[in-house]
Amino acid sequence: MVDDRIEQEIVIEAPPEVVWELVTDPEHVGAWFGDAAEIELRQGGDAAFSWQSYGTFLARVETVEPPRFFSYRWARPTDTPPDEGNSTLVEFSLSAEGEGTRLRVVESGFAALARSEDEKAQHFADNTQGWNIELGHLRDYAARVGSQVR
Amino acid sequence: MEGGGPDELWAAVADPTRRRMLDVLLARGEATATALAAELPVTRQGIAKHLAVLDRAGIVEARRQGREVLYAVRPNELDAATKWMAQVAAEWDARLKTIKSLAEERHKGKDS
Repeated sequence: MVDDRIEQEIVIEAPPEVVWELVTDPEHVGAWFGDAAEIELRQGGDAAFSWQSYGTFLARVETVEPPRFFSYRWARPTDTPPDEGNSTLVEFSLSAEGEGTRLRVVESGFAALARSEDEKAQHFADNTQGWNIELGHLRDYAARVGSQVR
Repeated sequence: MEGGGPDELWAAVADPTRRRMLDVLLARGEATATALAAELPVTRQGIAKHLAVLDRAGIVEARRQGREVLYAVRPNELDAATKWMAQVAAEWDARLKTIKSLAEERHKGKDS
């Protein structure tokens, strides 16, 4: 039914250096991914992708190996810095194919989003249980006080 | 749409245990947490937690009947969750095609 990763690839009649620019240069990225992009092109660099209709998604650059490999982690919802539980990993691989380039993109880590949903649910369950215990104490206390009054 | 956004829908169905629970619910129409726990290698407490995730995402709905709570799949929401993944894949496909045309345009421009 569903999987933890999405893979797509395409063969482009242009050398990897040209494709690399399009994939990593914020000026070009804004032309195919959202409406505007900011990318600090180094490991651990900050990135942001903005859509006029959705808002700005924050990302962190993971790997930069020109002109072969580029990856970043981007977070949901908007305006949230990425961490393990709220982000997916996007990886671009470029390989020379004849005089052109095979560009592959993998987006993965959707299960981590699922895990964080689990944690939220667990947190919710814990809180509910916590309240039940609190209410239990209150009930006991009320009963004790009640019996003393009587 | 009730529940969360597409990410929450997706996260709710990305987990294999929850997918099996949805399969059981779809096959039976309705089931209690206890009935689900009897069919799957998950404790009743685990089932309850997973049902909470599915409920929050709007993929299942609960109905009280006497002392029991029966859960059922909301087909439109489940459909939306699976379609969302196909949509993400389609978006990447479209982006790659745009990169291709931009790169080839630039490359040709450099040649001439």
